[in-house]
Amino acid sequence: MSKKKRNITQKMIRFFKSRNGKLITGTFIFWLVLYPLNKFGILNNYWMHVINVSLIYIILTVSLNLINGFTGQFSIGHMGFAAVGAYTSATITTILFKFPSHGFVPYLVFIGSMILGGIVAALVGFLIGLPTLRLRGDYLAIVTLAFGEIIRVTFNAIKFVGGPRGIPGIPNFSNFTLVTIVTLISVIIMRNVIYSSIGRAFLSIREDEVASELVGVHTTYYKVMGFTIGAFFAGVGGALLAHLIQYINPLQFGFMATIYVLIMVYIGGIGSISGSIVAAVGITFLSEGLRFMLNRIDAFTPFRVGPEWRMVIFSVLLVATMLYKTNGLMGDKEFSVLIPEEEDENAKHGA
Amino acid sequence: MNGIFNLQQIINGIQIGSIYALISIGYTLVYGIIKLINFAHGDFYMVGAYAAYFAVMFSAARKEHPNVIIVLIISMAAGAVVAFLSNRIAYKPLRYKPRLSALITAIGVSMFLEYTSSALPFIGPSFKAFPQSQLIPQKTYKIGSAILTNYQIVNVTIAVVLMVVLTYIIQHTRMGMAMRASAQDKDAARLMGIDIEKVIDFTFIVGGALAGAAGLLTGITYPRINPYMGIIPGLKAFIAAVLGGIGSVPGAMLGSYIMGFAEVFGTAINSIVGEGIAYAILILVLIFLPQGLLGKKTGEKV
Repeated sequence: MSKKKRNITQKMIRFFKSRNGKLITGTFIFWLVLYPLNKFGILNNYWMHVINVSLIYIILTVSLNLINGFTGQFSIGHMGFAAVGAYTSATITTILFKFPSHGFVPYLVFIGSMILGGIVAALVGFLIGLPTLRLRGDYLAIVTLAFGEIIRVTFNAIKFVGGPRGIPGIPNFSNFTLVTIVTLISVIIMRNVIYSSIGRAFLSIREDEVASELVGVHTTYYKVMGFTIGAFFAGVGGALLAHLIQYINPLQFGFMATIYVLIMVYIGGIGSISGSIVAAVGITFLSEGLRFMLNRIDAFTPFRVGPEWRMVIFSVLLVATMLYKTNGLMGDKEFSVLIPEEEDENAKHGA
Repeated sequence: MNGIFNLQQIINGIQIGSIYALISIGYTLVYGIIKLINFAHGDFYMVGAYAAYFAVMFSAARKEHPNVIIVLIISMAAGAVVAFLSNRIAYKPLRYKPRLSALITAIGVSMFLEYTSSALPFIGPSFKAFPQSQLIPQKTYKIGSAILTNYQIVNVTIAVVLMVVLTYIIQHTRMGMAMRASAQDKDAARLMGIDIEKVIDFTFIVGGALAGAAGLLTGITYPRINPYMGIIPGLKAFIAAVLGGIGSVPGAMLGSYIMGFAEVFGTAINSIVGEGIAYAILILVLIFLPQGLLGKKTGEKV
C-alpha cells in the first residue's frame, strides 16, 4: 500500500518537474493570485475585465498565428470565424434558452455551445479553405478578407440573430476561472499540434511549398487542416468574447477587428506561440494603459489628444516592426515551458 | 423600361464605374511593377476627398467661388504626395524583403492614414458634408423617367479625360515606356538603364493622383466623407482590377465598369445582394479566371 502511495508521489513530483506540469502549475498560481485579489476588491472589475480580454486575445492570436505564422498562409478574415463561434453560442444561450448567468446546467450548456461554436467555425473554415487555399500570398489575403466580409454581411442579413442590431443581453458566463482554463487548454492543444508531425508539415509548407510538395507533403490537405484548426479556436475565442462583453453585433467582427489580431501576431513574431502570448497581453494592456496616459497628455497639448491616438500608435508600431524587425519581437523563439521535452532530444540529435 | 435594368441604373452604373476605374488604375499600376497589393490605396482616395473638402471650405470662407479645375488639381496633388511619401517611407525599405512583409506594411500604412485622420481634431471621425453645391450649383435633367444631374456629367467627364491622359502617358511618353518595361521585367529594365526607383515613384504619384481625383468626384456625387470612406471602395476597386486582369490598365477600366453595373443592379435587387456581389465576383474570378478578363496568362514561377 505504502509502495503504491510512494509511486503516486513520485509521479506527482515528476509531473511538477515536467514542462507541462510547470505550465499548468504556473497558470494555477496565476489564477490563485489574481482570483482572491479580485474577490477582496484590491483588483477592481475593470482590470479583471482587461485580463479576461487579454486571455481571450491569446486564443485568437495563437490561432491566427497557426495559420499565418506556422503554415505561412495569409488570412485576414480571422474575426469572421470568431463571429461564427460567437453567434452560434450566443444564439444557443441567449435566444434559444434565455439562460440566467449562473447555475450548473446553464454553464454546462454554455461550454457545449462554445465547443459547438468552434466546430461550426471550423466547418466554415473548412468550406472556405477548400477552394481558396489553392491561391497563394496576396490573393489568398484578399479572398479571406472577402469571406470575412461575407460572413459579416450574412449576419447582418439574418433577422433571427438580430440583423445589424446584434444580440444584446448575453449572460456573463466567461468568468476569470473559465477563461483561464479554456485559454490554457487551447494553447496546449495548439502547441501540441505545432510540435506533432502535422506541425512539421505546416512548417515545411511555410518554408517552401514547392519543395515540401516534392518530398511528399500533401500541401493542400495540410493547409486546409491548419485553416480549420485555426478557425476552430477562433470560434471558441469568439464565443468566450461574446459571453464576456455580453453583446455582439456584426460590426464588431469586421476587418478592423481582424487587423487588431493581425498586429498582435506580427508584432509578437510569426511562428512563435510565446510571442503571440506576449503581444496579445502586452497590446491589450498597452491599449488600456494608453487610454489614461493619453488623457493625461491632453492637458499639455494645444489640441485634443485622446484615446483615438492609440490605433495610430499601433499602426506605427506595426510598420516599424516590419521595417526593422521583420520577424517580430520574439522571432521564432519560444519560452522553454512551451516546448515539449521530446523536442530537446530532437534538437540534440540535430533532427 | 421599368424593373431593374432601366436607364437610371445605367447612368448610376457608369458613374460609380468611373470612380472605381480611377482607383483601380492605381492598384493595377503598382501591382504591375512591384507586385504589391497596396492596401493603403483606398486611403489615398480618402485624402483626396478631404483635400478637396478643405480647398472648397477655404475659398468659401474667403467668399470666393472655387474653381473645379483648381480643386481637382489640389486633391490630385494631395493624393500624389501621400502616395509618394508612403512609398518612400514604408515600401521602399522592404523592396527586397519577402512580399508578405510589404503587404502587412501596406495594411499598417492604411491604418495609419485612417486613424490619424480620424484622430486629428480638424478632421475627426464623424461624417462631414461635402460642400458640393458651393463648388458647382446643382442642375438636373430629365431623360424619360431617369434623372441626370450635372454632377454625374462632371464626374464621368473628368474621369474619362483623366483616363485618356493616363493612356497617353503610358503609351506615348518615355516615362510610360519605362513603366511598361519595368512591369514586364524589372531586372531587364534595370539593365537597359532605367532607374527603377524613379519609375516606382512615378507610378505611385500617378496612382495617388488618380485616387485623389476619385476622392473629389465621390465628394461631389455622394456628399458625405469620413476617414474610413476609403476601405470599401478601395477593396471594390481592387476587385475590379483583379476582374479586369491585374497589371492591365484597360482591364482595370473594363473591370471597374462591370463592377459598377453589377453593384448597381445588385442593389436594385436587394441591398444585401448589392453589398455582397463584389466579394462574390472576386471569389468566382479567382477560382475560375485567375488571370482576369484582359490579363496575360502566366504560369507560377518556381
